[in-house]
Amino acid sequence: MSYSVTDPSLRQKWGAGILVITYALITLLPLVWIVATGFKSPADSIAYPPKIVFQPSLEGYVNLFTTQTRASEETLKALGEPTTWYDKIVRAKNMMIAGPSRFPERFFNSVIIGFGSTFFAIVLGTAAAYAFSRFRVPLKDDLLFFILSTRMMPPIAVAIPIFLMFRHLGLSDTHAGMILLYTAVNLSLSVWLINGFIDEIPIEYEEAALIDGYTRFQAFYKVVLPQAATGIASTAIFCLIFAWNEYAFAVLLTSGNAQTAPPFIPTIIGVGGQDWPAVAAGATLFLLPVMIFTILLRKHLLRGITFGAVRK
Amino acid sequence: MAEVRLDGLTKKFNDSVALNNVSITVPDGSFVVLLGPTGAGKTTTLRMVSGLDTPDEGDVFIGGLSMKGLTPAQRNVAMVFQQYSLYPHLTVRDNLAFPLKSPLLKTPADEIRRKISEVAEILQISHKLDNKATALSGGEMQRVSIGRALVRNPAIYLMDEPLSSLDAKLRSDLRVELKNIQANLGATFLYVTHDQIEAMTMATHVGVLDEGKLVQFGTPREIYENPISIYSASRLGQPRINVLPAHLFDGAPENAHSIGLRPEQIEQGKGEDSLVTRVEHLGDQTRLHLSFKDHDLITVTDAHTRLQSGDIIKIQPEKPFYFDADGARLA
Repeated sequence: MSYSVTDPSLRQKWGAGILVITYALITLLPLVWIVATGFKSPADSIAYPPKIVFQPSLEGYVNLFTTQTRASEETLKALGEPTTWYDKIVRAKNMMIAGPSRFPERFFNSVIIGFGSTFFAIVLGTAAAYAFSRFRVPLKDDLLFFILSTRMMPPIAVAIPIFLMFRHLGLSDTHAGMILLYTAVNLSLSVWLINGFIDEIPIEYEEAALIDGYTRFQAFYKVVLPQAATGIASTAIFCLIFAWNEYAFAVLLTSGNAQTAPPFIPTIIGVGGQDWPAVAAGATLFLLPVMIFTILLRKHLLRGITFGAVRK
Repeated sequence: MAEVRLDGLTKKFNDSVALNNVSITVPDGSFVVLLGPTGAGKTTTLRMVSGLDTPDEGDVFIGGLSMKGLTPAQRNVAMVFQQYSLYPHLTVRDNLAFPLKSPLLKTPADEIRRKISEVAEILQISHKLDNKATALSGGEMQRVSIGRALVRNPAIYLMDEPLSSLDAKLRSDLRVELKNIQANLGATFLYVTHDQIEAMTMATHVGVLDEGKLVQFGTPREIYENPISIYSASRLGQPRINVLPAHLFDGAPENAHSIGLRPEQIEQGKGEDSLVTRVEHLGDQTRLHLSFKDHDLITVTDAHTRLQSGDIIKIQPEKPFYFDADGARLA
């Protein structure tokens, strides 16, 4: 038992615990709602008061992944008994599956564009941040401020010029165009964040590596990068979240080919009435990649393990 | 190992001159110690030799070859930094292996293992090899950083106050150990320190730096017994040389401005009276703080002296140093 002044009392511990749990519940509630709605039937999803206990159904997911048409009884009879579980769900509504929906394609677009732009923002941002941190760059402070200033207006303010530029350059509705755009927007963030992290790493480590027989790039790769991993990982998460969730430019600049999931998910509503379970199913799946990415990088988010071997 | 020659090195940082036309020859297999207060240019000199900084003028020759334009890696030098600079993301073992694994050396794995255990033994860090570098005490970090230099066999070892943060016992152990290593390997050392005991015991040559200039270069004995200025004289000697106005004692040369008296240059029991103001018993010796004609001086006396503060003792100079008004040695 320690009696330090910073040791919280039992009541303080309980208080803090209750506070954290309450906050977590409030934050998680919309998520629980969305995940639950994805497994409700359309009728349950709009029931009032909302049903907390319900019969789970995969109808939302089936609707999300398929396009369906209403069929006459003769047509349905001619098809014979439904053979698969998802056929059964659809036939129960007197509908038949006409083909796969565009959701997987849109989802995959999001993956390519989100992770692609994050990759470039991190690689370019790390290179620029290293240069700003370690070399004598002329007008360094002004350049850094300029880079930050690109963030001072909402990107959507320049939507029209960008739209026109993209059209003339043939970048409209292409993956490359969207990756370029999101990289450009994220780059200022990544340069600034990573610059801060690299500044914190004393230059003595690199000097020691240079003396130990390594080139500047090898010193960067073997000594600086492992220590900056924490910062780079958290920056990557920020960049991915922005690119993954971005809606306005995606609506404006993509349509048939490179459309990402955010503009696609709302369009699900229009297909055969207000299909909330399908929308919720799409939103649930849409949440997963960022969650998985964050979980994978979480060990790099633990700070404090790499600091303190230089005497200051 | 090789001879290292610094030829007219000059380095300016903005307007301040860090090094002013410094030329030193570090003979093959010698142990050269650079002495001087903070800002004298000791560390800058090491950085010039290592290639971490480039001189504005002058050149460094290692084994007779000009190092102009060569990177630190290409010079094959090992350096111990004052800030230990251990790689924090690696274990002690990996820190020691780091230079051996470099593209420069590409040492085979069993050779690496052998060298690491050998060096760890010498530095008494064998039991810490699998610790993270950050999970060490200051003294252990410093030993690992010395070890990271010793695993190599470079043209020259550059050391920037490597023993400064160790406790007294370890420091004296490592002093002997470093000197042994240097003697056994015939290694060349360029070593920066504030500590005059390190300078006196390890150095084959001492260079005294003053505001970027090399003011004296010679063996430790030469510098101790024959300093060219007050500045040089006060670099070595414990307690420090006493500098007093020359006219306080008889027999000063005409143009002498001050007189320099090391403890052994003060003869006790003869001459004029001085007041004992404080007696410090250090065990093996006793220091006397004296007041002589209103000037303070410190000397050393017999360990078992009965003198107490308030006593009167006669003193007179014996073969003292005389300096002119600029502090340069006269005789």
